[in-house]
Amino acid sequence: MKTMSLAIAGLILYSLGQQAAAAPEGRSFFAFDPWVLAFSLVTVVATVYMGFRSAGQSKSASDMMVAGRSVSVGMNASAISGEYLSAASFMGIASLVMLNGYDGLWYPVCFACGYLFLLLFIAGPLRRFGAYTIPDFAEGRFDSPTFRKIAVVFVLFIGFYYTMPQMKGAGIVFMHIFPGMGDWGYPIGVIIVGGVITLNVALGGMKGITLVQAFQYWLKMFAISVPAFVLMAWFGSYNGNLAINQTAPEVRAGVVAATVIARPEKAPADATWISPFGPMTTKAAKAANLPPEDQKFYGLIYTYSFIFALVCGTAGLPHILVRFYTNPDGVSAKKTTMWVMILIGIFYIFTPVYGVMGRNILPELYGLKSYAGTEGVVLSLPAQVPWVGPILSGITSAGAFAAFMSTFSGLLVSMTGAMAHDVYGKILRPSATAEQKMVAFKISAVAIGIISVGLGMLVKELNIAFMVGQAFAVAACSYFPLLFLSVWWRNITMPGAATGMLAGGLLCLITMTAKNLPDLKILPAAATADLTAFWNANPLLAILCEQPAIWAMPLSMILMIVVSKLTASQIPANIQHKMLVLHAPEKLGFRNEEYDEPSPQAH
Amino acid sequence: MSSPSTPSQQPVPHKVPDSEARDAFLYRLMANQLRLSVSCGAAFLIILLAMPALNYFAADLMATRVFGFTLSWFILGVLIYPIVWVISFVFIRRSIAMEEEESHWTLPK
Repeated sequence: MKTMSLAIAGLILYSLGQQAAAAPEGRSFFAFDPWVLAFSLVTVVATVYMGFRSAGQSKSASDMMVAGRSVSVGMNASAISGEYLSAASFMGIASLVMLNGYDGLWYPVCFACGYLFLLLFIAGPLRRFGAYTIPDFAEGRFDSPTFRKIAVVFVLFIGFYYTMPQMKGAGIVFMHIFPGMGDWGYPIGVIIVGGVITLNVALGGMKGITLVQAFQYWLKMFAISVPAFVLMAWFGSYNGNLAINQTAPEVRAGVVAATVIARPEKAPADATWISPFGPMTTKAAKAANLPPEDQKFYGLIYTYSFIFALVCGTAGLPHILVRFYTNPDGVSAKKTTMWVMILIGIFYIFTPVYGVMGRNILPELYGLKSYAGTEGVVLSLPAQVPWVGPILSGITSAGAFAAFMSTFSGLLVSMTGAMAHDVYGKILRPSATAEQKMVAFKISAVAIGIISVGLGMLVKELNIAFMVGQAFAVAACSYFPLLFLSVWWRNITMPGAATGMLAGGLLCLITMTAKNLPDLKILPAAATADLTAFWNANPLLAILCEQPAIWAMPLSMILMIVVSKLTASQIPANIQHKMLVLHAPEKLGFRNEEYDEPSPQAH
Repeated sequence: MSSPSTPSQQPVPHKVPDSEARDAFLYRLMANQLRLSVSCGAAFLIILLAMPALNYFAADLMATRVFGFTLSWFILGVLIYPIVWVISFVFIRRSIAMEEEESHWTLPK
């Protein structure tokens, strides 16, 4: 613990040293908006209080990892929604809609609709199998400790990828709360939020964060909806603001025309912004100078691949899937999923409102860097309302705090579970006692928390939704095919599953990285220019590499099927029992004895 | 299941009538559930995947204004959520009814 404390202190000093030169002149370092600070502090204090209060109830490894499998439908649906609505949902979608218009709408739609696939094909059977973690499922389904190791690597990889944008969200909000800190606010925000959540998870585990996440969903719902209604009352309705954006220069009734000002050059034109196949989906085709009709066709391909990545990726996110193990049975897991879709669907109707109104009311954000501009539109826009603006801005800041805190909590539990349960408890020390596993959980939580904070420092310049999209694509090409075929096809074998998962996940990662290398600006200038020229000359290849799910996910499934056919001798001996455990109603009495526990009462 | 045994695995028991009955039971169970899941999933996919196609092939229609929204924006930004809720509600009701019925099936031991 002493080493970890020193590491945290070192990280803080390093960050302060790095940012020292960036403090804006002529403004007090600790200048802050009192409303924004007050609402954000209340969120943090409430989070910590509830986490500590629940922590006292976590007595066993089952409590820490699956909340004793006793979470009710309503509570779990709120907690899953709270965990799922991350910084990308709360801040990133509004930014994407503001930047890309119609194309940005695919993000919330697919984020929400992915749960339908989860409901239809995975949630119930996965819960019935009764594991603690997704790697547990991977080993239990194939009787293969080797496969557990592969699954753990993917849990950690997807988890860290998803953690980075949450950390960035923390930094941006802190900069908003303490404008006097300038760029200092970013690392300080990352460290404070990372530290608070790490402490919560280390003390309370899954049981500790369930109540916190449920509370945070309702806080986020309040924080996105109430300011949106006030904004619409003051600046005109959602559809009224959208109606301004058309080819004819016309302002509809109900919209305050004086608020609509000239947009900077970086802002997309009305017709491009409001129509499908806009800047986001036709970027590669435009770079290749293709004719407009061809640009639309390439935009269509991009859109389909994007849909596959987000819908199937949602159904393959380990930190979301693990929450279904906290339900008492398969039926309650299904009911939970349906309620999650309703809760997050209502939330996602509101987020594009900020993007649409931000385009009309705060167009100057187009001209700023993303972390200071459009990615903060949810925080900046409410401040434009006279008199109550600071209060509304405080409310959305509190919502943003809740967004990255709840998602980071879930990710931390998922990754910590993988380290403590799968790596320590199953691979390194299978004979460890329950107490030793509890200690391993707490140490893992702190270690992963520190790594997450460190990673958060590195991604200030990257786009929040871009990073989240990458995590979804990897999940869609690795975990989704694995879970779908493992649940519904009895003849899948471990070599087949591993080949498909590794090939799909790694190819997805490699091609996305290759496509994005020029944007990351880590190569020498000449190499960056050559690579950019290559992608510009090959727009179809650029699209298929930036959004690889359309080919990598089917490839992963085909490999799983073909290799399984070739290794049919390795189908687990007791496959009939395993499939009955997955599909038979609990009342018929098929149970996975390894995780067998008395049936708990939901709370 | 007729997989041959491997040294690292337990030998596969020879199929006996009981095992065959359980296979039939499992097949019926999975086929019922999968039929329901696939039909609900297909309804959803048709709607979702039709949207980009309509935007491409019927751009003028999708650009029609509905309450200030374009038709395309209105469907994707507002209407799609209630549609998905209805599909999931239908699935849940039928799935739970099916599980209730399956719970009374005679279980082969």
